[in-house]
Amino acid sequence: MAWDRNQMAARAAQELEDGMYVNLGIGIPTLVANYVGDKDITLQSENGMLGMGPFPFEGEEDPDLINAGKQTITELARTSYFDSAMSFGMIRGGKIAAAILGAMEVAENGDLANWMIPGKLVKGMGGAMDLVAGVGRVIVVMDHTNKHGESKVLKECTLPLTGKGVVDRIITNLGVLDVVEGGLRIVECAEGVTEDDLRAATQATIV
Amino acid sequence: MKKVYGSAAEALDGLLQDGMLIAAGGFGLCGIPELLIDAIVDSGVKDLTVASNNAGVDGFGLGKLLDTRQIKKMMSSYVGENAEFMRQYLSGELELEFNPQGTLAERMRAGGAGIPGFYTKTGVGTQIAEGKEVKQFGGEDYILEEGIFADLAIVKAWKADTTGNCIFRKTARNFNPPAAMCGKVCVMEVEEIVEPGTLDPDHIHLPGIYVHRLIQGSHEKRIEQRTVRKREEA
Repeated sequence: MAWDRNQMAARAAQELEDGMYVNLGIGIPTLVANYVGDKDITLQSENGMLGMGPFPFEGEEDPDLINAGKQTITELARTSYFDSAMSFGMIRGGKIAAAILGAMEVAENGDLANWMIPGKLVKGMGGAMDLVAGVGRVIVVMDHTNKHGESKVLKECTLPLTGKGVVDRIITNLGVLDVVEGGLRIVECAEGVTEDDLRAATQATIV
Repeated sequence: MKKVYGSAAEALDGLLQDGMLIAAGGFGLCGIPELLIDAIVDSGVKDLTVASNNAGVDGFGLGKLLDTRQIKKMMSSYVGENAEFMRQYLSGELELEFNPQGTLAERMRAGGAGIPGFYTKTGVGTQIAEGKEVKQFGGEDYILEEGIFADLAIVKAWKADTTGNCIFRKTARNFNPPAAMCGKVCVMEVEEIVEPGTLDPDHIHLPGIYVHRLIQGSHEKRIEQRTVRKREEA
């Protein structure tokens, strides 16, 4: 037993508080928007928009209105637009309260790797390095292990870093861990997962 | 002060040189200077370095300039959508300088604002920091990034008056203002050119001082990822 993608997204949504400006990454983080409920959350899209709305109805797509994943989206009453320099100014300047991002690897010191695998096709870091360097709180949402069953929560990252010591909280299919002095602290186990299960699946030091 | 030209080719006349650095606006295929890219393809100018967040897709946007091998080097943050790009890059025909997206935008903005370098915490402790000066401010490390001073900027806006005062539409603004600012010369294409006084001066996104040549044309505005929801879900 463990959380599925939607349960991980729902758990990540609990991290968000009323009034927050938030940036959601591609993949499971995108699903977080479905679980914010009544909370007043403003989503930033780093290509130059605050107040991102849902996908448009068929036939109402606007080529001038896309998100950072290049998907067609809509605006809301509160929406504002700005250029890329201002967009990353608010990211780097710490105005965005939190970013929820996917990852390939996270280390116990908060190092994050999510942009390249040497020897494989490299597409680029996009805005990920700016986000993790600048936003108030970095929350990683990912599977606890890779497809070979190996831990993605490590003592040290093996892949090139996106940011050094930047992750605050890790939400996986097995539970929730915080980056603290000396390693990771278990905050919560997923339904049907014990602390022993979580430790067994984690290479990083758990304090 | 004549800024309005009859075509993209006329607007670029005398501005193109082999080996030049061009800053291009756009994010993905949104807000890209389609008409100016086509005219640069037709000009045959080569060995270009292009600073642009993305590299278009196969056969559209900057992808057209890759198909014709006119680009020597790209300065970008994300290039995943282009098979020809990857082929040229992996075979060593094309140079690639990855820039974090915000660093690329700020390098353009800084260049346009006369700032040759700035310190940022983006990329500290990563491959991006290799070979760059590190300086501490308040006990934290920052790396030195350089402003981009482009020979030419090619950008796209929604509407402009004949003096180049312009407004962008929705997320098609993206890299266009910083790219425009960092060009020694900036050529802009718009969907509609209007007379001065038509646009509200309080609503101008980029003042005409940054725009040297201007054309009007129709745009394909291709959508890269068409995502919709069903009416029932509303």
